[in-house]
Amino acid sequence: MEKVEGYVGNYTVTIKKKPRYVDEDVCTGCGICVEKCPVLVVDDKFEAGIGYRKAIYWPFAQAVPNLPVLDPDTCTYYIGGKGGCKACEKFCPTVPNSILFDQKEQRVTLNVGNIILATGWDLFDARRIPQYGYGRLANVFTNLELERMCNAAGPTGGKVVLRDGQTAPRTVAIVHCVGSRDRNYNRHCSAICCMQSLKTAHLVKERTGAEVYNFYIDIRTPGKEYDEFYQRVLDDGVHFVRGKVAEVTDIPFDPAEASRNEAGTLYVQVEDTLAGLQRRIPVDMVVLSAGLEPRRDSAAVGKTFGIACSTSGWFIEKHAKMDPIATMTEGVFVAGCAGGPKDIPASVSQGAAAAARVLNYIRQGELALEPVRASVLEEQCSGCRICNGLCPFNAISFVEERKVTEINAALCQGCGTCVAACPAGAIQGSGFSNEQVMAQIEGLLRNFAREPEVV
Amino acid sequence: MSDRFEPVIIGFTCNWCSYRAADLAGTSRIKYPPNVRLIRLMCTGRLDPTFVLKAFSEGADGVLIAGCHPGECHYLEQNYKALRRYQLMTRTLAQFGIVPERLRLTWASAAEGARFAEEIATMVEEVRQVGPLNWPTRPVPRVEQASGGAA
Repeated sequence: MEKVEGYVGNYTVTIKKKPRYVDEDVCTGCGICVEKCPVLVVDDKFEAGIGYRKAIYWPFAQAVPNLPVLDPDTCTYYIGGKGGCKACEKFCPTVPNSILFDQKEQRVTLNVGNIILATGWDLFDARRIPQYGYGRLANVFTNLELERMCNAAGPTGGKVVLRDGQTAPRTVAIVHCVGSRDRNYNRHCSAICCMQSLKTAHLVKERTGAEVYNFYIDIRTPGKEYDEFYQRVLDDGVHFVRGKVAEVTDIPFDPAEASRNEAGTLYVQVEDTLAGLQRRIPVDMVVLSAGLEPRRDSAAVGKTFGIACSTSGWFIEKHAKMDPIATMTEGVFVAGCAGGPKDIPASVSQGAAAAARVLNYIRQGELALEPVRASVLEEQCSGCRICNGLCPFNAISFVEERKVTEINAALCQGCGTCVAACPAGAIQGSGFSNEQVMAQIEGLLRNFAREPEVV
Repeated sequence: MSDRFEPVIIGFTCNWCSYRAADLAGTSRIKYPPNVRLIRLMCTGRLDPTFVLKAFSEGADGVLIAGCHPGECHYLEQNYKALRRYQLMTRTLAQFGIVPERLRLTWASAAEGARFAEEIATMVEEVRQVGPLNWPTRPVPRVEQASGGAA
């Protein structure tokens, strides 16, 4: 998404389409190219860094369109310098050949009436908490890595194993609230991690029979059947320790501890706040439930669409309770985690609701707007352009021919900043005009005006 | 009733945050001094500095401006524009001989009813310490006695 112009019903969106290097019209998605490609690279996107993919690959199962993508950063055709292997092109059975090595970046322009922002979230980078050892200690994993591991179609075929790819862990620690509910990183609750940690605990227990410890601040299981699942995991025999983990380390406290445990054991140091004591639990594997963060570029994306981000970085809805789908820009809606951490059922409902709202607009054909809007009295406008830079919704434009400023009523949200700024009083704010506010001031103070004291 | 000085304060509040905060203070039965009279604007960005001067000239002893917390403006960043104008206003008012206690800018979210009430109480106390403004007001319009009597 490069540029958005216009207003509700008349948006022009310019999208930069990166080359796929595969002809979408011809390719049948048979996958022979993927099979024949000799380049194997670590997939740090979908497989969270614990699996591999080819240089030409499916982004993920059930992708739409379900066609392979060629990655120019790893394909030998682009990085080899000698024209590369071209195995994909050689084995492609379609006529004409689907592999297009010289496909170029395209600009696609779309005319749309409404926009739904479903930009999702970023995973908190667990490396930012060095005392938890992610990236430094081999057997410290993130929840996303475990998620791929538990998947029967994942890189381990559904087996939960340590970083060596073979050994099943005998003890596993799951650390909740990594990077969320923490004033050093994010103050918000990521909403999904409790349930997801419980799921991980359940799956690990089921697959490996390991002793599983959950380290939590609070267990938050509001939702249909959620707390029942928590009870079930308790019945599974999973241990719950209430306390924030201080440190994960592979260094034994003293020789006695070292002799009791195998080399490579990880120690989880935690204050058990229910028992009121410090505990040091030796485990084989640590899973960090990294929290949800707003997308890194959400402030810039928000600015493009004229919507604000809250202090924690999620998009602000029109009204937190009464309208959690619409935004302050007419015709722009939010769905899913773009507006704040949510689980899957909530995201699905919000997505459906946003789609219904858009359909409603399309069916109506006409739109009723809030009456609070600003308008320019052209005969008073001197064309000084002081107001031009003030509007965050790009509702103000300058008409070169007539040398006056114009306000687009569909984009204006009625904040009144331009009304206050206009030195000529040429901008009228309906409902909050200068006369109206002045009259309010006069009215409120009429009975309180004191005669000046003569000194 | 004591003869303690009761200042009159005009408060400009933003529709989305501080006006709701005042509302919340009301519905939560939180008490705050009745010296403040609130005027609702859609955004503190709407606050024309002349409104403040108008309020002082009409007899207000203090003016309170209350908007959304920085970064939480309903209109993205218009409270920053209010902040800019506030900074300029304090300098202008100082040149008129109006002490800075009389103009106060504060942030209150819709959930901060209690905080908003506290803020008002603090301001009323401060303005009470400073005393009446005694800005030369325009003559108060007097209702003429109908002379000659009705027919």
